Amino acid sequence: MRRLARLVDPTRITSLRRRLVWQFLVLSAALVLGLFLTVGWVADRASRASQDAVLGAAVTAITEGIRSVDEGLELDLPYATFSMLGAMGEERVFYAVTVGGRVVTGYDDLPGPESPVLDMAPVLWTADYRGARLRLAAVGRPMLIENRLQPVTVILGQTRLGQAAIARDTARSAAWAALAFLALALPVALLAAQAVLAPIRSLAEVMGRQGPRDLRPVRHRTPRELAPLLGALNGLIARLRAALDLAETFIFEAAHRIRTPLSLVRTEAELALSETTDPATRIRLRRMVRAIGESSRSANQLLDHAMVMYRTDQFAAAPLDLAALTRAVARAVAPLADMRDIDMTTSGLDRPCGVQGDERMLEIALRNILDNAVKYAAPEGRIEVSLVQEDGQAVLAVADDGRGLSDDPVQLVTPFRRGGNVGDVGGSGLGLTIVTEVAAAHRGRFRLSPRKKGGTCALLHLPLA
Amino acid sequence: MRFLLVEDSEDLARAVASRLAMEGHGVDHAATLEDARHFLESAPYDLILLDISLPDGDGRDFLVRERAARRDTPVIMMTASASVSDRVSTLDQGADDYITKPFDFAELQARCRAVLRRRDGAADSRRHFAGFIFDALAATLTIGNETRELRARELRLLEILLSRPGQAYSKAHLIDRLFSFDEEVSDNAIEVYVGRLRRKLEGSGARLETLRGVGYRLIPE
Repeated sequence: MRRLARLVDPTRITSLRRRLVWQFLVLSAALVLGLFLTVGWVADRASRASQDAVLGAAVTAITEGIRSVDEGLELDLPYATFSMLGAMGEERVFYAVTVGGRVVTGYDDLPGPESPVLDMAPVLWTADYRGARLRLAAVGRPMLIENRLQPVTVILGQTRLGQAAIARDTARSAAWAALAFLALALPVALLAAQAVLAPIRSLAEVMGRQGPRDLRPVRHRTPRELAPLLGALNGLIARLRAALDLAETFIFEAAHRIRTPLSLVRTEAELALSETTDPATRIRLRRMVRAIGESSRSANQLLDHAMVMYRTDQFAAAPLDLAALTRAVARAVAPLADMRDIDMTTSGLDRPCGVQGDERMLEIALRNILDNAVKYAAPEGRIEVSLVQEDGQAVLAVADDGRGLSDDPVQLVTPFRRGGNVGDVGGSGLGLTIVTEVAAAHRGRFRLSPRKKGGTCALLHLPLA
Repeated sequence: MRFLLVEDSEDLARAVASRLAMEGHGVDHAATLEDARHFLESAPYDLILLDISLPDGDGRDFLVRERAARRDTPVIMMTASASVSDRVSTLDQGADDYITKPFDFAELQARCRAVLRRRDGAADSRRHFAGFIFDALAATLTIGNETRELRARELRLLEILLSRPGQAYSKAHLIDRLFSFDEEVSDNAIEVYVGRLRRKLEGSGARLETLRGVGYRLIPE
């Protein structure tokens, strides 16, 4: 019993659809039951009324057939009336005729009416007689018997078997109809639940289509009842956006406040350096300038790394032209190469190269690869940037003619790990980690390999769109 | 070259201006976008160094307005945030390049030169001295009808020496200005460039003189 209660308890059903179907079914069952009972009651009443009408008519007909003769009364039983009474199956019929309360013919123990019946309007009642329930009707009529006006009453009783049979029949038909309605209610309930839930599903679809970085409010026509849900959702999105904006503004502001005084320190140190000739002071100032450069580079790379991690979690690829992106990054790095008299050549960048990717992540990766090449290329050396498309892959190769690799290239991509031959070249040890992570997020790969003639070649493979 | 430096930190602006003056550039300083507009209306500039956050607005909006009004003085944005979105957006908004604070002056110099080269020169970048013409943007040295190409560091060295002809510069000073601070350089590295420049100056009527124990200077023969 408790299990059943648990099964029907709507709050325990996690699916809204199932809950709707259940409720619909329970409601339909209650309605059908009510209908069944009503039909039974109405049918019973109708059959009872028709029995009463027949009984009344019969008893009236019998009474009208009584004639007063010299010997007393002459009763002419109308057989048509009796056959009509017996028509409803195996009915038994009882009668009694009383004169002045004395039974003159019929069953003398037939129960009489509560009060004497004196006119032709039939009086009806129910009583038990010989182990059966009888419906009885009586009419009275004063008659001149032996020159005396005496009350004559006719009582007619009929068993109720036929009426019960009709009621049973009606109930059975009603039960079948109820079952048919219930059976029909299940598909109807499913359809109704489907229709009611359709707006929820379409809202979910619209929200699902919105990209992971898309924090615009969801605009969708919903039924009035869903409007509060959509409103709450858009409120949440707005709060999230405000929080992110605040965090971004905060980071921007913090970076600004730290970097501006650092710039001042660095510039002042450079100025002091140009004004002093004392070798010890010069060494100190140089160290200072270098340390500032180092710290800002590390900060940049930590931010880049955080950005790459964040965007990997919310990876959203869009079609982009790797050749154009490489051109842009190469252009940004060119002054740094030129400053060191490094000759940077590019090839394969004039042909569009479509890949699916996150432009900002790839920009960070390309910048790190090219920065590395500039940092480690030989003085007045060469950097060759080439982009080829082969076997469904875009292969970007950046080759330098620098000091090459002293360590296992696989080890070099672990965070904060720097090669044993970096010497005085500043760096945070995060650059290659960043590039490797970006490559992995794009289902590509990155590796460093030594070149035969000396130097290093960085290879970035990305699947073509 | 004539720079307009738009930067709200007074101290930093003064220091950057001194450092640029050391390179022989003229610098005007605007502390607000409002000031910057006045400066730009009253005089032509070769290059604008524009900070992003200023007391009366965002440097990027200023840039967008400048470009919309078809004023196309080259702009290098100085960003303090170094986030990629800033880098990308500044270029989209019409900046010629960007540099992250705190910056290396050698890098700033290189970026300015690259921008001006791309823009095909602003003001006259040529300079006459003794018997040669030095074009810093084209990186050439013209003696009579002969044009000699200069590599970046030779050019930088000549630029420094030419900013105050006759003044002696020590090896250490030249190294500081010729190399980025995160490069590893030996004290003798400068001798290589001095030797090369000396060869390129042959027959130019100018001489790169070594002053033993002091440094180098450029003098007319």
